[in-house]
Amino acid sequence: MVYSLPEEVLEHVFSFIVSDKDRNVVSLVCKSWYEMERWCRRRIFVGNCYAVSPSIMIRRFPEVRSVELKGKPHFADFNLVPEGWGGYACSWIEEMSKAYPWLEEIRLKRMVVTDESLELISTSFKNFRVLVLSSCEGFSTDGLSAIAANCRNLRVLDLQESEVMDLSGHWLSHFPETFTSIESLNMSCLGSEVSFSALERLVARSPNLKTLRLNRSVPLGKLSTLLHLAPQLVELGTGAYSSGIRSDVYSSLSKAFLGCKEIKGLSGFWDVDLSYLPAFYSVCSRLTTLNLSYATIKSPDITKVISQCPNLQRLWVLDHIEDSGLNALALSCKNLQELRVFPSDMYAADANVTLTEQGLVSVSQGCTKLQSVLYFCHQMSNSALITIAKNRPNLTCFRLCIIEPRTPDYLTHEPLDIGFGAIVKHCKNLNRLSLSGLLTDRVFEYIGVHAKKLDMLSIAFAGDSDLGLHYVLSGCKSLKKLEIRDCPFGDTALLANVAKLATMRSLWMSSCAVSIGACKILSQKMPMLNVEVIDENGTLDSKLDSCLVEKLYVYRTVAGPRSDMPGYIWTMDRDSSSRI
Amino acid sequence: MAYGERGGPTWFFKSGRILLVGTRERSSQTFCLLSSNGGTFFFLSLNTHFLSPNLLSLPSITLKIVLFDPICLFQALPNSYFLFDFRLTTHRSLDLMTSPLLDVEGGGQGNESLMNSASTMESVFQMNPGLTERNYLGLSDCSSVDSSAVSGISEVKRNNLNLKATELRLGLPGSQSPGRDSDIDLASSTCLDEKLLFPLLPSKDGICSGPQKIVVSGNKRGFSDTVDEGNWMFGSSMVNSDASKSLVQGKFTSNASVNGKISSGTQPAMIKDATSKMVPQEQAHATYGASLNKVNASNPAAKTQVVGWPPVRSFRKNIIATNSKNNDEVDGKPGPSALFVKVSMDGAPYLRKVDLRSYTTYQQLSSALEKMFSCFTIGQCGSQGASGRGSLSESKLRDLLHGSEYVLTFEDKDGDWMLVGDVPWNMFIGSCKRLKIMKGSDAIGLAPRAMEKSKNRS
Repeated sequence: MVYSLPEEVLEHVFSFIVSDKDRNVVSLVCKSWYEMERWCRRRIFVGNCYAVSPSIMIRRFPEVRSVELKGKPHFADFNLVPEGWGGYACSWIEEMSKAYPWLEEIRLKRMVVTDESLELISTSFKNFRVLVLSSCEGFSTDGLSAIAANCRNLRVLDLQESEVMDLSGHWLSHFPETFTSIESLNMSCLGSEVSFSALERLVARSPNLKTLRLNRSVPLGKLSTLLHLAPQLVELGTGAYSSGIRSDVYSSLSKAFLGCKEIKGLSGFWDVDLSYLPAFYSVCSRLTTLNLSYATIKSPDITKVISQCPNLQRLWVLDHIEDSGLNALALSCKNLQELRVFPSDMYAADANVTLTEQGLVSVSQGCTKLQSVLYFCHQMSNSALITIAKNRPNLTCFRLCIIEPRTPDYLTHEPLDIGFGAIVKHCKNLNRLSLSGLLTDRVFEYIGVHAKKLDMLSIAFAGDSDLGLHYVLSGCKSLKKLEIRDCPFGDTALLANVAKLATMRSLWMSSCAVSIGACKILSQKMPMLNVEVIDENGTLDSKLDSCLVEKLYVYRTVAGPRSDMPGYIWTMDRDSSSRI
Repeated sequence: MAYGERGGPTWFFKSGRILLVGTRERSSQTFCLLSSNGGTFFFLSLNTHFLSPNLLSLPSITLKIVLFDPICLFQALPNSYFLFDFRLTTHRSLDLMTSPLLDVEGGGQGNESLMNSASTMESVFQMNPGLTERNYLGLSDCSSVDSSAVSGISEVKRNNLNLKATELRLGLPGSQSPGRDSDIDLASSTCLDEKLLFPLLPSKDGICSGPQKIVVSGNKRGFSDTVDEGNWMFGSSMVNSDASKSLVQGKFTSNASVNGKISSGTQPAMIKDATSKMVPQEQAHATYGASLNKVNASNPAAKTQVVGWPPVRSFRKNIIATNSKNNDEVDGKPGPSALFVKVSMDGAPYLRKVDLRSYTTYQQLSSALEKMFSCFTIGQCGSQGASGRGSLSESKLRDLLHGSEYVLTFEDKDGDWMLVGDVPWNMFIGSCKRLKIMKGSDAIGLAPRAMEKSKNRS
């Protein structure tokens, strides 16, 4: 019956289908649906910029308005991917500039973006609205100047954790005086000072500004000025949150916060000065998001703040919160959905910071809506993990980092297999999991059996043998991204599950036991996979098949081998291995 | 600053002062020696090009000698530790190091700090202006090495010893100390070597502290490959621990008088010049044993060496690092944990990042950079390429460190570009914003600036 519907009607129906997955399914129904769907697809998400080429995307989806691209592997965040690896945005932007004059949104993550590309963006798309550069690099404030000067309808400029070369703080003054459309501006990653007068004028003339995240160089004294100009702000990232002892700063700041009736999210707090914390207490009751992860304040002070925030849904904080602070969180924030606790010291346990598994157990008991956890600590036990799993079967994301690799259960000195096993067993909707601590192949057996919805798995310093990897690859039906470092997983497991790799987005293995010979076989068996070996040290002997590879990145692609590889990447030629 | 410039080689020294030597020809590279003399420092700077092959044929080289008060530098050093920075030198100047470098006996207060005998100054003179051309790879005879220190040792050993122990290298201090990798085998000799080149804590830990750090870093994942098999230049003769033992012994005895001088006056920590082979053998072994134990006990410091662990974004790490730096000033807590800076290289198409806090000396940094950018230097120098590992690493090292074509520079907090290695390591990581491996010719004029800067800090 639906087949008889006119195209216009069907297109209208399709427009209500938002999720990428559902759209993909729709396009598989029949040829005519495929045709109709591709003409009315407005949003594209490409999880790996090398999995498809811009020309293929443009050929199939000619009327796109919004593109989201991801570049480097996730481990690039932790400096495991050498510089110059790739993830260049320029070819995409060039082709899109020709094909999509009506493009409105570009969101890039972990990509290299040049100033030229930013200039091209600023001049090619007439109705450009959203630019999100998340953990990107390669551009400077000059590129931002071009965006500011030319994108007259820009609504969102978000430079989240990007590395921007700070050539000038005056890029903000390139926004024309007639420009009033900005809704969200995140420049928290910028290192140098921005022109405050330009910022002030921009904020003053932007009635729709809802999100403003300042960088560290904006002094606290100026914050109240900005808040007075933009009382409609919903998300605020402060600059430096200290200003000597000046009562006028404090009083004007607390007055300014009083006027902000919409604020729901707070972040920033660089160089925080405790005495200024109460200035924002007036907005605490409305807060749903609080990021104190750059604020080095001690547990009692954190506790004071969060006890004022009953509606908190997301909290990011340093381990200075300690168990006591997490207990308080469990009692006062019943709507908490996401908790991230970062280490204040990357390597050594600070004797003065008491953050153990107990804090997380408390939160799992008290916060019944908790779904997402990122937790760095120094000790863990199986019993604690089992309690957490039983308390919070609704967890979808569980990332636990016990900082010292291969730490056993500190009570029983046994591996943490049972604990993580309980997590995957009880949390049926778990889609992201990061493992740490002492783990044997057993935990991977649990994961393979239970974690059917797992989408992304990170493994470090774990497992005993190939069996571990085999459990995961053969068991986790939904697995898309698998990243492994320093595990004794090797050829057998990899080659036994080659077909699985074609269903995944990517596999990263570094410091494992995979040989170059296995990489060659993998590449031969699965021509749709790009098998890239990263050999930074120049130690790889490609003729010696038993030679172990240092870093391996495998991903499926319809675009064939990429052309922008640096010299230290080896690909497996289909016939024989050769260096490109 | 006072400049003394003459047509020929020249030298200028006053006890208790910093000695700085540079050449007229492009003062782009400096060679620094900071040494302690009961609270005073010597600062020696040489120009790379002075030592580069192209300049070997120059009839004469003018040395600039700069003299200034070291107190400012000293004050800037935390914990008043001693730093030996040997950078950008070649085998050409072997004499400088084999024989005593400076003689401060005349100065009255300094004799203990100079672990070497009085012939030093002469040897500096001797090597100029008729600089005898040495085999650049250190493979030829070392006939011009006429150090008295090694006179009792067989010719072969002498070659090895001299080259190994005294070679002044292009590049950052000790950037390719032969045998660093295989330090377990090299035992005492390596330790001694390292000790000379690395920052030393003056008192309690004294000599041990340097080597320990090195050995631990050798354990670091991925980093251990950095330094190639170690003895690329010298064959494996030095790896024989017996040989090195006897060398130590031989030196020790032949330098009995010097040794006496040392033991008479100063703290052992002061014995750390390149020639301090004269350190008693037992001490060397003790050092080695200590460092080995440390490694085996998986010293907590080793944890800090795992790249990318714990999985915290470098962006955040930097934030926390700067935060805790700020805190330091307030409550004196231990230092921050990571500091990532970008490294670029002239002619290389990409940048890299290094965590300055994962290194403790200029040597380690240099070795790491050498590895990262080796492919470009190899390509550019058109050497044999990947025809086997040995030759690869050899050319790699030679190109980056001995080609003298490249110099390592950094941008400091004030946005000025300066040569790496002029200031003590801690001061360096405190001010370094980014690194750049420049063509030597582009770096002209950077060095003096760095010096002035340090001086201005007083």
